[in-house]
Amino acid sequence: MATTATGLVAAAAPMPPEASPARRALRRLVRRRGAMVGLVLVVFFVLVALLAPWIAPHDPLGTSWSMVRKPPGAGYWFGTDEIGRDVLSRVIWGARASLLAGVVSVCISLMVGVPIGMAAGYLGRWPDMLISRIADAMLACPFLILAIALAAFLGPNLTNAMIAIGIAATPVFIRLTRAQVLAVKVEDYVEAARAVGNSHLRIALRHILPNIVAPLIVQATLAIAAAIIAEASLSFLGLGQQPPAPSWGSMLNTAKNYVENAPWMAVWPGLSIFLLVLSFNLLGDGLRDALDPRHG
Amino acid sequence: MSSFLVRRLAAIVPTLFFVSILIFGLQQLLPGDPAIAMAGEERDPSVIAYLRGKFHLDEPLPVRYGYWLKGVLHGDLGESVRIQRPVTELIVEKLPVTIELALLAMAIALAIGITAGIVSAVFKGTPLDYAANVFALWGLSTPNFWLGILLILLFAVKLGWLPASGYVSPFENLEQNLASMIMPAFVLGNAFAAVLMRHTRSAMLQVLSSDYVRTARAKGLDERVVVLRHALRNALTPVITLGALGLGELLSGAVLTEQVFSIPGFGKLIVDAVFNRDYSVVQGVVLFTATVYLALNLLADIAYFLVNPRMRS
Amino acid sequence: MTITSRAVRSILVLVLAAMLPGAYAQTLRIGLAEDPDVLDPTLARTFVGRIVFAGLCDKLVDIDASLKIVPQLATSWQWSADNKSLTLKIRDGVTFHDGEKLDAEAVKFNIERHKNMPGSNRKGELAPVTSVDVVDPHTVRLNLSRPYAPLLAQLADRSGMMVSPKAARAEGEKFGAHPVCSGPFKFAERVAQDRIVLERYPDYWNKDAIHFDKVVYLPIVDSTVRLANLKSGQLDLIERVAPSDMPAVKADPKLVASRIVEIGYQGITINLGKSELAQKNPLGRDPRVREAFELALDRDAIVQVAMDGEAVPGNQWVAPTNSWYVKDDPVPKRDVARARQLLAQAGVTNPAFTLMTPTTSDAQRIAQVVQAMAKEAGFDVKIQSTEFSTTLDMADKGQFDAYVLAWSGRADPDGNVYSNLVCKQPINYAGYCNADFDKDMNESRSTNDPEQRAKLFKDAVGHALKDRPIIYLFHRHLLWAYTNKLAGFHRVPDGIIRLQGLRLG
Repeated sequence: MATTATGLVAAAAPMPPEASPARRALRRLVRRRGAMVGLVLVVFFVLVALLAPWIAPHDPLGTSWSMVRKPPGAGYWFGTDEIGRDVLSRVIWGARASLLAGVVSVCISLMVGVPIGMAAGYLGRWPDMLISRIADAMLACPFLILAIALAAFLGPNLTNAMIAIGIAATPVFIRLTRAQVLAVKVEDYVEAARAVGNSHLRIALRHILPNIVAPLIVQATLAIAAAIIAEASLSFLGLGQQPPAPSWGSMLNTAKNYVENAPWMAVWPGLSIFLLVLSFNLLGDGLRDALDPRHG
Repeated sequence: MSSFLVRRLAAIVPTLFFVSILIFGLQQLLPGDPAIAMAGEERDPSVIAYLRGKFHLDEPLPVRYGYWLKGVLHGDLGESVRIQRPVTELIVEKLPVTIELALLAMAIALAIGITAGIVSAVFKGTPLDYAANVFALWGLSTPNFWLGILLILLFAVKLGWLPASGYVSPFENLEQNLASMIMPAFVLGNAFAAVLMRHTRSAMLQVLSSDYVRTARAKGLDERVVVLRHALRNALTPVITLGALGLGELLSGAVLTEQVFSIPGFGKLIVDAVFNRDYSVVQGVVLFTATVYLALNLLADIAYFLVNPRMRS
Repeated sequence: MTITSRAVRSILVLVLAAMLPGAYAQTLRIGLAEDPDVLDPTLARTFVGRIVFAGLCDKLVDIDASLKIVPQLATSWQWSADNKSLTLKIRDGVTFHDGEKLDAEAVKFNIERHKNMPGSNRKGELAPVTSVDVVDPHTVRLNLSRPYAPLLAQLADRSGMMVSPKAARAEGEKFGAHPVCSGPFKFAERVAQDRIVLERYPDYWNKDAIHFDKVVYLPIVDSTVRLANLKSGQLDLIERVAPSDMPAVKADPKLVASRIVEIGYQGITINLGKSELAQKNPLGRDPRVREAFELALDRDAIVQVAMDGEAVPGNQWVAPTNSWYVKDDPVPKRDVARARQLLAQAGVTNPAFTLMTPTTSDAQRIAQVVQAMAKEAGFDVKIQSTEFSTTLDMADKGQFDAYVLAWSGRADPDGNVYSNLVCKQPINYAGYCNADFDKDMNESRSTNDPEQRAKLFKDAVGHALKDRPIIYLFHRHLLWAYTNKLAGFHRVPDGIIRLQGLRLG
């Protein structure tokens, strides 16, 4: 799954902190067409996911023996699947699983990785060495293998897949945060804060964190895209969201057996994954350009 | 430089130690008794007892780790319970396959990614830039197993131009080998191509607007020379680091690509081993790939030093 | 010599050469659904390994399409009067791939190896065999501790496969890496997860039936890709075609679709005594709830929707097409009303339970259809998808309510039920313990009279249908597809691809 760690690592080249105020960054963001398209699409999918109970024409779990594998037509605009369920409704409801997979995994990575990375960068010496070696060790294992082993260990369902992906993606955030902290640590305002007598925790939260947030946001956005694909990959192997609950990844897993006689089963979830991931990638790229004009 | 090297080499040892603990621990925590999984449909209790004894499954975790570590230090990575062959043998057998796949994928990624990055940077703002960006994003946004299945259907089944799956050794038949590897290599490489494109583009843009290049332009040098000789060399340095990391990435992607195209490489070996609870195989292969990955990183750092004279001091 | 006579001579030579059997280097390429495990008949445990063994290792006896025992390495056999010993006459002139003679001593060696080698998976199959006597170089006698009717069926599978004693002694545990047997093909090469290559053994005793020089088995896990390989001409024959792909195979003029009902079954095992969960589970507690559950199921619809019609509904451990099927107990029809009635009688109108399902696509489809059907009778079925290895573990510990489990099947009906339902047997996941049932089962093993056995099975089936430790759903069609250039393919319900008689082109 070349996109995941690469997508994550892609932005991990240390970037100097940008002291630009948020408003200037926002204006730059709005001017980039690609990022706006991405934002609109993301909002669209989030709305679809939230409004699923009202906009889905059929029950996503409602089977119908007479409607097995029917092509798109009246009433079933995306066709039906292998046990007669409406593909459109399942795609709509599946947006929830995919969005959740993306967002929750990255939240886990952030909540675990950022504090650890900050500790490593700020404390230095032994804690830094230990943390860096462990993070290196996790990064040395192929991302998907780590995720597979974790998911297999926890059991195949969506929650465990999210935890597995989140944990497997944590070292990238550790590395990124650490690099950012190292760069910011020597800035004058940090030295000044220390001279005034602030506690380490206060310095970390009030002075360092706000100045390293920008690259983290960029990385997080791109990571969501990668996490959505990671969930689809795990589902392809049978480790993600399990049927009958709909998720685009597990729908693709089932659909691969019917590609020739029921291609619509795969086209729509595949297209949805593509669009959603694309939109997060566009948004992430736009954010990066906006927050660091040297890349614009 | 040499102290840097020594420090980096020294850092590899504890990292590998952690890798071994990480993957060992994960394996042993997997639910499902491997002896039962290995014992066959009949689940003969005497066979299960025999397997538990042979693989020390009843002993506590640290003891099992000790047995394994001892073996590793003697070059013995254990044995596959499923087909009863040494893990080292399996690695030697499958390594060339995955290496070939990774190299081909990397070649495709470099060719497509760097070209697209240059084009996008030089022709910034034009439709070409936009197209290159779309390509990059398309590459990063498509699940590779999905792309693989579609390509098989198009090129193997509908058109019949390429074999649907399987692997032929290049020593046996080079033409067939390339024919069977081109689709998986493309699937594996196109996502990385997108990443390379982005990096090349941003690095090129940086360099193109720098004083160094402005001076060259002012001197009246041909635009192409400016781009190719000066900008490119400086832009390539981060790409080298990415390349090393990318190889580790490609292995991740190889897992699914090999499943879909039935390529008998590492990725397939590991996935099957995880599902079959074939512990020794997973542990041995991951340890091996981690070592290679760390070594490659070290080489990349050295190369970075050599290419970028400013860092040499 | 004139030009014309030289030409004529060349032509004659060519024509003669072409008429010689095996004059063309013919290779048969077979696509398997999985990579086999170790190629040692004593240690092997996968179904797909048996397909490779069909080309590599001959057995004492074999089964034909109607599951009758036919000679292979043994030409005839005779039970003693008390049914406690079986005497087999070994075929003359058979050699192993390394040239060693296959005689009674070799057979004795092999049976003892199956019984005694550490890690042997054949111990249970040959448990009643106490000793082997070499009567003369071509006659061997197996002595049993008690009568055991399924013995011949066991000898038609891995327990009857003979390996070269010389090679086995030399290689010991590592024998599986370079197996030396006496089948039509000898082992040439194996690349794990990629291919297994066998080459023709020129001194095979039945060599006239073999029309290939090489056989290559290629494991391709994804059924879509396996079929794609067949379509593009890279494979000649594939097993386990996906049911939904069969219409496409039939429609393709270059391919032939082939099917036969399997000897195994697909069912739902219910925990009614394996652990304390059995009492907490409404299904496990009350036979009326189990009956209601069965009545809520429409097997024809399950077969149609989940298996694309490629299965035969069943309610016993052998298929309705099998000669051992008890015709007086036919497959019940769906009756939701009666199901609801039974639930009301049992005092549970909305019983809830968890259906443990392996993550294979077949099992997933079956579980979802069952869930939807059972809902109409008031059942609240929760599907718990678990990795196959884990389901085995959980079943072993009794940590489940109901379990979607298939059984690959054995030629003798005993092999389909004894270990699965007799009290305390290793794979009796239901925890079923019925003394009358066990008595029927044990007695059926001790007699060789088919009529007597049929009577005992009928009684046993009666118990099983009443208690429902396993609700049998259907028997799959074994599905093969091959190029229309392949002739002589014989369908046998055990799913093994036998190479004798096959020819290409």
